[in-house]
Amino acid sequence: MLALHEEIPVVDPSTADGAFSLLWLIIALPLAGAAILLIGGALFPKALKVWGHVLGTLLPIGSFVISLVLFLQLMGRDEGDRQVVQHLYDWIQVGQLDVGMDLLYDPLTSLFLLLITGVGSLIHVYSIGYMEHDERRPRFFGYLNLFVAAMLMLVMSENYLGLFLGWEGVGLASYLLIGFWQHKHSAAAAAKKAFVINRVGDMGLSTAVMLAFVTFGSTSFTVISHSAGDADSDVMTAFGLLLLLGACGKSAQVPLQAWLLDAMEGPTPVSALIHAATMVTAGVYLVVRSNFIFELTDAARTAVVIVATVTLLWGAVIGCAKDDIKKALAGSTMSQIGYMMLGAGLGSAGYAFAIFHLLTHGFFKANMFLGAGSVMHGMNDDVDMRHYGALRKMLPVTFLTFAMGYLAIIGFPGFSGFWSKDKIIEVALAENPVVGVCALLGAGITGFYMTRLMLMTFFTEERWEKDVHPHESPKVMTIPLIVLAALSVLGGLMLAGGWIEEWLEPVTGFTEEADPAIPALAVTGIAILVVAAGVATAIALVGRREVPREAPQDVSLVTRAARADIYGDAINDGLVVEPSRQLTTGLVTLDTSVIDKVFTGGATTVSAIGVVLRRLQNGFVRSYAASILGGVLLVVLALLAVNLA
Amino acid sequence: MTEYVVLSAILFTIGATGVLVRRNAIVVFMCVELMLNACNLAFVAFARQHGNLDGQIAAFFVMVVAAAEVVVGLAIIMTIFRTRRSASVDDASLLKY
Repeated sequence: MLALHEEIPVVDPSTADGAFSLLWLIIALPLAGAAILLIGGALFPKALKVWGHVLGTLLPIGSFVISLVLFLQLMGRDEGDRQVVQHLYDWIQVGQLDVGMDLLYDPLTSLFLLLITGVGSLIHVYSIGYMEHDERRPRFFGYLNLFVAAMLMLVMSENYLGLFLGWEGVGLASYLLIGFWQHKHSAAAAAKKAFVINRVGDMGLSTAVMLAFVTFGSTSFTVISHSAGDADSDVMTAFGLLLLLGACGKSAQVPLQAWLLDAMEGPTPVSALIHAATMVTAGVYLVVRSNFIFELTDAARTAVVIVATVTLLWGAVIGCAKDDIKKALAGSTMSQIGYMMLGAGLGSAGYAFAIFHLLTHGFFKANMFLGAGSVMHGMNDDVDMRHYGALRKMLPVTFLTFAMGYLAIIGFPGFSGFWSKDKIIEVALAENPVVGVCALLGAGITGFYMTRLMLMTFFTEERWEKDVHPHESPKVMTIPLIVLAALSVLGGLMLAGGWIEEWLEPVTGFTEEADPAIPALAVTGIAILVVAAGVATAIALVGRREVPREAPQDVSLVTRAARADIYGDAINDGLVVEPSRQLTTGLVTLDTSVIDKVFTGGATTVSAIGVVLRRLQNGFVRSYAASILGGVLLVVLALLAVNLA
Repeated sequence: MTEYVVLSAILFTIGATGVLVRRNAIVVFMCVELMLNACNLAFVAFARQHGNLDGQIAAFFVMVVAAAEVVVGLAIIMTIFRTRRSASVDDASLLKY
């Protein structure tokens, strides 16, 4: 269904020199922050209470500054010379396995670095205010720094093994952060769930790394991209599918999506970090980075497209029914990541737009999550939108910034999301009408659920409790919101003059745009109409009616399914958890009733024989004498019998 | 020659029967001595028949052991009798299962 591309770009970096020798610092700064904040917590806790959050915020900002400088340096270079590698040290040398700690800096990485450190730093700043009253704020910042460092490792490594290191680091940090309030049972359970489901995906990635080593004798992008063309196509398909499994886990794609909604148990800045700058974008990064694999395998790319299409609708439907503001946003993240995966699965025509949407989504989703946090901050940590209403007057800054994010995500003309989503829909329609229509439908549903969220929170009548006094958040929280709102509006500028396609060309390759069946302008028009229909439906269903404080129970089947996350948990329980539990119970029964019985049975028999035999030890000397005599007689008789025979 | 061996067998049987049926510790002791001496007789008789001294030396060893045994055994019997006012071997049957 998808045409294979002729020329696949290869990774062919030059050695880092000049300013690029600072590459390692980008990871080292937040990593040092994590070390100081987490280890120092035991050594000098009082000092950390005072300046821990300042340190934890300054270090990612430092990384951002370096990333920005290097980005400008890279821009100044020739187009063919925009891949740089820095060899730090030999990491693993065992037999044929020779893995270096190498950092790769190319246009793709440069954009990711700016997103991770930039949006990450804003989230750090915001957290200073959001976590102000938390006893364990220094530790929180330590975890945040660890998260950022792991994600940076993920996007900067020049080989799959280093990427895997960052990948696991992200998994660990997300576990620690989702379960940060581990005294809440739900938070601890959500953290464990995220960790376990991610492990399934990690299995795919680790198998892919092994396969890479077996096939190519190396895990380096440079080596693999050069020799991928000569490899067996079945191996490439397996490789692609394993990478997809890994991407599904981290990016919460169906069927490994169930952890994402529960992950909302973490503090809100964590949700923003997971959903915007790090973690869920890792899967998209993996697919785009491995483009030299996916270009060679039709089957794996088709699988990516199918997974992405299912997820983008799945997440959107969930988002429509959730009353928890964070969960509605989480459903929307799933859906938007679906768009990115779709873009990535469409091949070289879509990679650049996948990354473009990833960046704009990073801006507006971070904006909206932090906005949701700001609303919760003013509403005594209530997350139920049915208890909100008419908050636009109480939280003017939050409202205005949130509105920018809202307009961006539904794709209001001119806002960043409009450009990025529109491009993906356009490419999807050109490649396959069914997928394209699904993407269009998803855009419409996005318009519906985001408008519903917006109306229930900021418009309609007041529904909050008497003892709740909504108030605007402090400046340290609103300034990041304003910056992110500005980025949400202006993010579309990256598309101006096709800059982002051109910039990513060394990584993603270049495709001559084929003449689409439907002209681009018409697609844009249809998309706007579909979104407008979604928005209008939401206004009619939510805005024009009274919103009940309690969620109505007599609802349609679809709503019920969406409220239950389309039975994602039930499916997991039925297919995996329950059979495993049955197997475990069976094995335990086998162990206690058969294997244990065999061993304890032997001991019981011996001891029962002993009970009988000890009666012989009766204490009467004469009976002992009799038995000795009997024994002697037996021996004598035996001797006689032998001698006479 | 046969007479000696037969006498030895008779003496041993008397001793063994005594050990098994009598309860008085002193009598049991005497019966043990009887068995030992039956063995001695057989040793000496066979030594004479074979014409070497091995059996006689063994008899001396048995005498030495018997003497030592009498010393220890009588002391034990005396002590038991003093504490229990009884010399019956069946009364001293506490060491059991």
